[in-house]
Amino acid sequence: MVSPMETLAPDERTAAVPAPQPETLRLQPTRGFSRVLAPRELWRYRDLAGQIALRDITVRYRQTALGGAWAVLQPVGFMVVFSLIFGNVAGLSSNGLPYPLFSLAALVPWTFFSTALLLGSDSLVSNSALVSKIYFPRIFMPMGVIVAGFVDLAISFVILMIIVFAWGFVPSVAILAVPLLVVIAAAAALGTTAALSAINVRYRDVRYVVPFAIQMWLFVSPVVYPSSQIDEPWRTLSAINPMVGVVEGFRWATLGTGDAPWDLIGISALAAVGFLLAGLAYFDRTERAFADFV
Amino acid sequence: MSDVAIETKELGKSYTLGVKGAGYGTLREAIVEKARNPLRRERKKKQERDLLWALKDLSLTIRSGEVVGLIGHNGAGKSTLLKILSRITEPSTGYADVTGRVGSLLEVGTGFHPELTGRENIFLNGAILGMRRAEIRTRFDEIVEFAEMERFLDTPVKRYSSGMSVRLAFAVAAHLEPEILLVDEVLAVGDASFQRKSLGKMNEVAKEGRTVVFVSHNLAIIQALCSRGILLERGEVKADAPIVGAIDSYLRTLESAASDDLLERTDRDSRAYDETLVRRLEIHDASGGHPNVVVAGRSATIVVDVTEHLPTMECQLTIVNSLGQPVCTLDSEMTAPVDVRAAEPGTRLECHIDSLPLLPGRYRIDVIVKAKRHIQDGLQAAALFDVEPGTIGERPVAAEAEGDVVLPHSWRLPA
Repeated sequence: MVSPMETLAPDERTAAVPAPQPETLRLQPTRGFSRVLAPRELWRYRDLAGQIALRDITVRYRQTALGGAWAVLQPVGFMVVFSLIFGNVAGLSSNGLPYPLFSLAALVPWTFFSTALLLGSDSLVSNSALVSKIYFPRIFMPMGVIVAGFVDLAISFVILMIIVFAWGFVPSVAILAVPLLVVIAAAAALGTTAALSAINVRYRDVRYVVPFAIQMWLFVSPVVYPSSQIDEPWRTLSAINPMVGVVEGFRWATLGTGDAPWDLIGISALAAVGFLLAGLAYFDRTERAFADFV
Repeated sequence: MSDVAIETKELGKSYTLGVKGAGYGTLREAIVEKARNPLRRERKKKQERDLLWALKDLSLTIRSGEVVGLIGHNGAGKSTLLKILSRITEPSTGYADVTGRVGSLLEVGTGFHPELTGRENIFLNGAILGMRRAEIRTRFDEIVEFAEMERFLDTPVKRYSSGMSVRLAFAVAAHLEPEILLVDEVLAVGDASFQRKSLGKMNEVAKEGRTVVFVSHNLAIIQALCSRGILLERGEVKADAPIVGAIDSYLRTLESAASDDLLERTDRDSRAYDETLVRRLEIHDASGGHPNVVVAGRSATIVVDVTEHLPTMECQLTIVNSLGQPVCTLDSEMTAPVDVRAAEPGTRLECHIDSLPLLPGRYRIDVIVKAKRHIQDGLQAAALFDVEPGTIGERPVAAEAEGDVVLPHSWRLPA
């Protein structure tokens, strides 16, 4: 029998192995950092990373009646509630902006972040069958959740822009900052979920902590109030929470009003890098034992 | 040295022993522990005492193209070895050098997502097994054909019967082209014709000169597929020989295990709750002779003694032939009017067979005791017994007959 393999180009046959001679891999006890921060290993498994992300996208709204509309309903629902309670009843300041717009521009990136945390922190445990049966760089699990979140984010972003235009606002060139803000949010989300998902493997307490922590995080981020309400130096310091820069940046970038909060964005970007490195480092150190505990 | 596929040197894997079913631990426990033992050193020392070595000082060389069967009791370290070789878990000591792409089939259908369609799952599962996307695309039609499921490609896998998903999963796995294939007990599923097909495929893989490491309790399959057998016992190599010799050694260890005090056995079912343990298992026939020697066709009773009484215990006995193939299962959960549930507590469970329909030979009995909706204890080869020639329905049982069972029957023949 002629192996159909022969119809493939040789480089495809040997996968990512560069030399024709199959390489020898030494499996031995490891210490310290070695895994997540091994780009070659991640590259070798890139197809799987794509498939996992694709799966997370496809599955998220399967067998739901409203499907992708959920990506919009959640932030818009919060917008309505927040506008009624915080805008009307409590009369929180919105820097002179219509409260619905003020809160929606913040809720779009916030929903991306909080959903990533909620699903990502459980990603290793809910895929325990895979983790205990197959080798792959485990970081793909939280990463897949975040990549899938980009789809939701894109949908809700379009809705946000439609509402912004309908309200008579015209975004300025500041809108070009949106990709940067998304990168900051994604980095912070990946760092946080990497750490949480790794802790969750050992301590299921994480499942109960996360929903609660997300609520807290919402209120320490300027989603329902403007950060201008906070006195200096606390306002600037608060940007150590990466979502401060992201949320305020999003308002400025999408509504085209106010001054660019570059101070907040800059600090938050640095903080996000810190979150990312710390989260990945913790993940890396604990990854080798995942299969033994999950 | 390029023709060595797998080489291990003093490979070991230890697990920290915990309370059964735990291993979760809570954050609180960890914090309390840390507060109690602020010095890290001290904690480490404590852990060393509770280590269980699933594999110990394993040094093996497997050449490329070899088809090796791993045999041994539950908990002997077979699956741990496969897990290390497939990189799922790290060894604790020593190392393993693996040359070439490794494909592992530690459980068919791992990575199937129920909400995805068959088509989507082929791509996902292929990627999980290490195939490149282009590769899967090239082989897609072949995979679908092998699984015989063109019609259901766009149906979510959760609507598949279990047989269908197994077929699809195996089809994907079988079209993987690794240099080294690790297989754990995957052929135990699916219908007979698909099993034959899968076996054929495995044979083909082996003949193509690829290295296969195969774990199965089915000794007949192992014997048919493998040329070399490695017998593991308590994490160490007990025998490494041509397959027939290794299987012989294994059967001998089964014999000695069955004659040991069952309470001393450590190879118990890992899912068990251990609230009651099987203390003794014997089969007697009506003649009242030696236990574990029975005559074909006579009535026989299998007696299971457990350590503790638990309410509504159930028992499942599997009679297995000398090649490790199950002959039949006797399951008390499939109740019948003839069953008796005594009113008083007790620790003895009995299974009565009116006329033992087994051909002469050696068999073993695997036992599972359940109570409170959990497996309480499980032992393979809790007893070995010999069937002596006898008569079934007044017809002599031929000692050299094929198969394992005889049926009471009658003929109508021309003059």
